[in-house]
Amino acid sequence: MENIISVRNVEFSYANDFDDNSSPKQILKNVSLDIKKGEFVAILGHNGSGKSTIAKHMNAVLTPQSGTVTVEGIDTTEEDKLFDIRQHVGMVFQNPDNQIVATIVEEDVAFALENMGVEPVEMRKRVDDALKSVGMFEYKDHSPHQLSGGQKQRVAIAGIIAMRPDCIVLDEPTAMLDPNGRKEVLKTIRQLNKDFGITIVLITHYMEEAAQADRIVVMDDGKIIMDDIPSNIFSNVQKMKEIGLDVPQVTELMYLLGKNGFDTDTHIIFEEDCTKALLDILKITHN
Amino acid sequence: MSIIKIENLTYTYSIGTPFEKTAVNNVNLEIEEGELVGIIGHTGSGKSTLIQHLNGLVKPTSGNIYIDGQNIWSKDCKIRDIRFKVGLVFQYPEYQIFEETVYKDIAFGPKNMRLPDDEIDRRIRTTAKLVGLKEDILQKSPFELSGGQKRRVAIAGVMAMQPKVLILDEPTAGLDPKGRDLILNQIKEYHRQTKSTVLLVSHSMEDVAKFASKILVMNRSEIFCYDTPPNVFKRADELTAIGLSVPQITRVFCRLKQLGVDIRTDVYTTEFAVKTISEYLAAHNSTESEVQ
Repeated sequence: MENIISVRNVEFSYANDFDDNSSPKQILKNVSLDIKKGEFVAILGHNGSGKSTIAKHMNAVLTPQSGTVTVEGIDTTEEDKLFDIRQHVGMVFQNPDNQIVATIVEEDVAFALENMGVEPVEMRKRVDDALKSVGMFEYKDHSPHQLSGGQKQRVAIAGIIAMRPDCIVLDEPTAMLDPNGRKEVLKTIRQLNKDFGITIVLITHYMEEAAQADRIVVMDDGKIIMDDIPSNIFSNVQKMKEIGLDVPQVTELMYLLGKNGFDTDTHIIFEEDCTKALLDILKITHN
Repeated sequence: MSIIKIENLTYTYSIGTPFEKTAVNNVNLEIEEGELVGIIGHTGSGKSTLIQHLNGLVKPTSGNIYIDGQNIWSKDCKIRDIRFKVGLVFQYPEYQIFEETVYKDIAFGPKNMRLPDDEIDRRIRTTAKLVGLKEDILQKSPFELSGGQKRRVAIAGVMAMQPKVLILDEPTAGLDPKGRDLILNQIKEYHRQTKSTVLLVSHSMEDVAKFASKILVMNRSEIFCYDTPPNVFKRADELTAIGLSVPQITRVFCRLKQLGVDIRTDVYTTEFAVKTISEYLAAHNSTESEVQ
């Protein structure tokens, strides 16, 4: 499959604003990563591991200090291509309240289109389509402050969808939401990926969300330390805990059962598979 | 005696406007001194409004709040004293930090209590240590710290007032798993050392299940239940029905039960799950050998 985003040997440091004498803290250390078209990739890592910094490189919010990032073949350091890059790759941030600019839902979704100079008829269609695709069409005349966190986050996503991007990068979009809001947003993300073929890069602290991706990239101390399918990643229970990450509760149960002498598979990451495995364990001794 | 007593509490927002909404509806509740209570409920269930009543930030539309036996809105009660007795840590408390140094920020509450300087100094150092802030951080600007550290500074500021009741509104929101466990363990340690009452609002059943002595579940402005974790998780089906997410493990055991396995469903931690499975097998094997 073709790559939509290609990160090559990227290094990045933030300057220390408070202490001019100290050396800048290096956040990304020679990171290379390819995101293929149509993929759903989750990025995991504890705070300070560099995952948000890499995400910000994906639509030229940040540009590499060494190495290259290309989006659909465009180098992100080409400043005159900035509009193109951001039209290919949209970004959704953690706090829904910081991303809403208008006083009416549909106007908020239209904001980027107005900046792009889209024709009114086309704009109407795109706004409606975008709101429908995140399940917020019936709220188009509402004021955003009347919405729940999950609904606001879906409006923010609709604002990106309306630009018809090929890829959406979401930086902890569910961190500030309650369980229902989280479910809504994740369902929306999966639909966009499955039904519209939009490439998804999801940064999250919730292992159950990451488990639903096609592929998980684990970052630690500015480097990519694992890159594999979810069941393989989470089967390394010990290693994940060591770097301060979690595994789904069902995986942990399989791991603990294994330690207690049961024959289990730590590749299990979903409830249904866990239920089946437990049935086996309980039945084997029936015979 | 119960440290918190809530009597027929009702609170309605924006009375007489089109936005009128009853956020807390005729709630009665008594919390014993020394409990570590986890408060669960989805957004809009009334949990934040409820806790804001406990230190007098919001005045009941009707009903009474008693803290330590004292009706907080009675004439002879100074609401200022209640604020010292009941410490409230808001969501994202790191946004409320304003002082020049970490030391001064933690000192703000104790200073307002007009404690002697040496006592303030002692409290700052002990609480800073408790929340894992090293001595050399105390003279730094709080704005030089990481998000997780800032949050711990804000929490320490309330802990340093040594309130009889400490209430925290989603103290782990937005943190990574490591930061989350760190803060939860520090709160647990604070509870152990001070033997005070701690209330903690959380969206995570898993977190609450791990350490609360009691769980308060709010639903549609009312109390759905207030009970020990095993008793609450026994009602996993009902919790799911009201839109709460029970721990993944609990869902698996409920499913096993549905599939005809005669197993308990009040399982909410992985350790307990292993124990339950072992017990089930032991019981099953022994009855089988008796039959033979």
